[in-house]
Amino acid sequence: MKEFVRHTGLVAPLNRSNVDTDQIIPKQFLKRIERTGFGQFLFFDWRFDDDGRPRPDFILNQPPYNTATILLAGANFGCGSSREHAPWALADFGFRAIIAPSFADIFYNNCFENGLLPVILPEEAVSQLFQLAEEAPLTLTVDLEAQTVRDAHGRFSSPFTVNPERRQKLLKGLDSIGETLLHEDAIRAYEETHQLISLPSL
Amino acid sequence: MAAETLFEKIWRQHIVYQEAPDKAALIYIDRHYIHEVTSPQAFEGLRQAGRRVRRPDLTVAVMDHNVPTSDRSLPIQDEIARRQMEQLAINCREFEIPLFDLHHPDQGIVHIIGPEMGFTQPGMTIVCGDSHTSTHGAFGAWAFGIGTSEVEHVLATQTLWQSRPKTMEVRFVGRRPEGTTAKDMILALIRQIGVAGATGYVIEYTGEAVSQLSMEERMTLCNMSIEAGARAGMISPDETTIAYLASRPYTPKGAAFEEARQRWLALATDPGAEFDRVVEVDISQLAPMVTWGTNPEMSAPITERVPDPEDEPDPVRREMMKKALEYMDLKPGTPLSEIRIQRVFIGSCTNGRLEDLERAARIIQGRHVAPGVRAMAVPGSGRVKRAAEAQGLDRIFREAGFEWREPGCSMCLGMNEDILAPGERSASTSNRNFEGRQGRGGRTHLVSPEMAAAAAITGHLTDVRTLSSEVLS
Ligand code: SF4
Repeated sequence: MKEFVRHTGLVAPLNRSNVDTDQIIPKQFLKRIERTGFGQFLFFDWRFDDDGRPRPDFILNQPPYNTATILLAGANFGCGSSREHAPWALADFGFRAIIAPSFADIFYNNCFENGLLPVILPEEAVSQLFQLAEEAPLTLTVDLEAQTVRDAHGRFSSPFTVNPERRQKLLKGLDSIGETLLHEDAIRAYEETHQLISLPSL
Repeated sequence: MAAETLFEKIWRQHIVYQEAPDKAALIYIDRHYIHEVTSPQAFEGLRQAGRRVRRPDLTVAVMDHNVPTSDRSLPIQDEIARRQMEQLAINCREFEIPLFDLHHPDQGIVHIIGPEMGFTQPGMTIVCGDSHTSTHGAFGAWAFGIGTSEVEHVLATQTLWQSRPKTMEVRFVGRRPEGTTAKDMILALIRQIGVAGATGYVIEYTGEAVSQLSMEERMTLCNMSIEAGARAGMISPDETTIAYLASRPYTPKGAAFEEARQRWLALATDPGAEFDRVVEVDISQLAPMVTWGTNPEMSAPITERVPDPEDEPDPVRREMMKKALEYMDLKPGTPLSEIRIQRVFIGSCTNGRLEDLERAARIIQGRHVAPGVRAMAVPGSGRVKRAAEAQGLDRIFREAGFEWREPGCSMCLGMNEDILAPGERSASTSNRNFEGRQGRGGRTHLVSPEMAAAAAITGHLTDVRTLSSEVLS
């Protein structure tokens, strides 16, 4: 997994709340068996019309936003289905961080597993960012080490917090399975002292 | 010991490792359900790292999300769906995981077969790469949806890191009026607290009305917890739970059942245990609910009208309502019962169990689907289908003009050929009315099985209570 220490990039503002994973990646694209290649289908129904042509009014179709690496969104981002294809599609498109006032739980967890940093900022800070992004293309630095989001001109700076274990893992780009297996003894001890109910082979 | 909630007991019993009480805990997973859509990349990851599945005996795989629900003897039309199913079969063979494949007689939706086979039991931790895993919480289990990386993590370690969620008691007060269902109760809750109202919480449903629900209705209630943003939904085990479990193929039998029974009943939330938050939902005036918008909180009693965004004081919500009504092609002020539908779907892990089909059949018996309406009944599993057919429900559905199909998720998410055409409108017993959920440009109204049946008969959203009185008179 790619580590995340700090990232500077262009912000794509998507001023909607409750963006659900069906919107992030519609289900007709879930049938692949690989982890990669989902970026082309990101926000498919918003990006393309019925004939598959890009809709010019959608933000990610407008240069320079088609190269944005930070997504700015409304509250409860990533609600709905647990599909990890949503963070895969966002990461594959090129996003490294998502800033929103709140995220749905499963989506939030899934981001960390894929080197994508979900940043929770207060409602007012997010509105301020939307305003700045509307005035002119906005570049931000998301600093996981310092836990701040700031712009180069000193117009915006806001701290954020992340669960410390998650932060450590993302800073180092650690694989969580390898880390868990360091606790092999504890897992085995649990299995030996608890009654687990095996399923029959069918 | 201090009084504990059901959740607290399960949490405490499953900690494998925790550095300090405020840190994330490594939680042991008792059951891991997998299906064809969210698992292939997890197995790919295992293979790449040269890892094994730690406990194939605690894992069970099902094909359900994109299985065809038409004639199973025909070759599968959808190339990629076929590839996904083949890949699941290959993975299960290689890693020795029991699999309910397309041709297994008990195949069905993962959240329906887990409980009905007795794989789901009280006190367990249960995960699946599917957000409606919360369904299993009806048995007093802690059951929650996970992403594919976590699927891989559970396959490799049989554990997950979890930070301790907060607990919320959702107390239903008042008697549930005739003609309303568990579906209406959960839609009413989501309308009250919103689609993010329970984010970060595990809900426990309590109250007289909940005790009186059947297990099947309790599953409907817990199923949609995720639509309120909850990490899980659960109900303390009681005699209703025990009675359901007694007759399941894979629950303990004889003396072992008696022992398990004691253990299960002891899991119930202790008197005086405290929740982090308590929400009361008064259901004494509950009416059948329908959604009018593009998320499950945008709902109203069938007796009301499509709301007017101009009446909404909050500008963000007003904008959302406008977008939703535009997508749904609805005008403010239209009586909900005048909304015409073209499709009806009875099925899914929310309402695809035997009782759901029975209740819908009671409404349609001796009647016929309205002209221009295409209606489908899709049993949630092979067992549900056989039990329904043994009662002759298939005949009632067919004679009324319904299609009677093979088990699977079907039009709940429209991954196979069971989809809405652009602009088509459905009354659906599933759980999500998001834009495009049932097909690009499709418009979904979530309802109970009874309400879906009533809409099929009249061709528009209909208060089932008025229809029943017509039947009676
Ligand atoms: S029926 Fe619908 S909600 Fe349930 S598991 Fe299948 S797709 Fe998911």
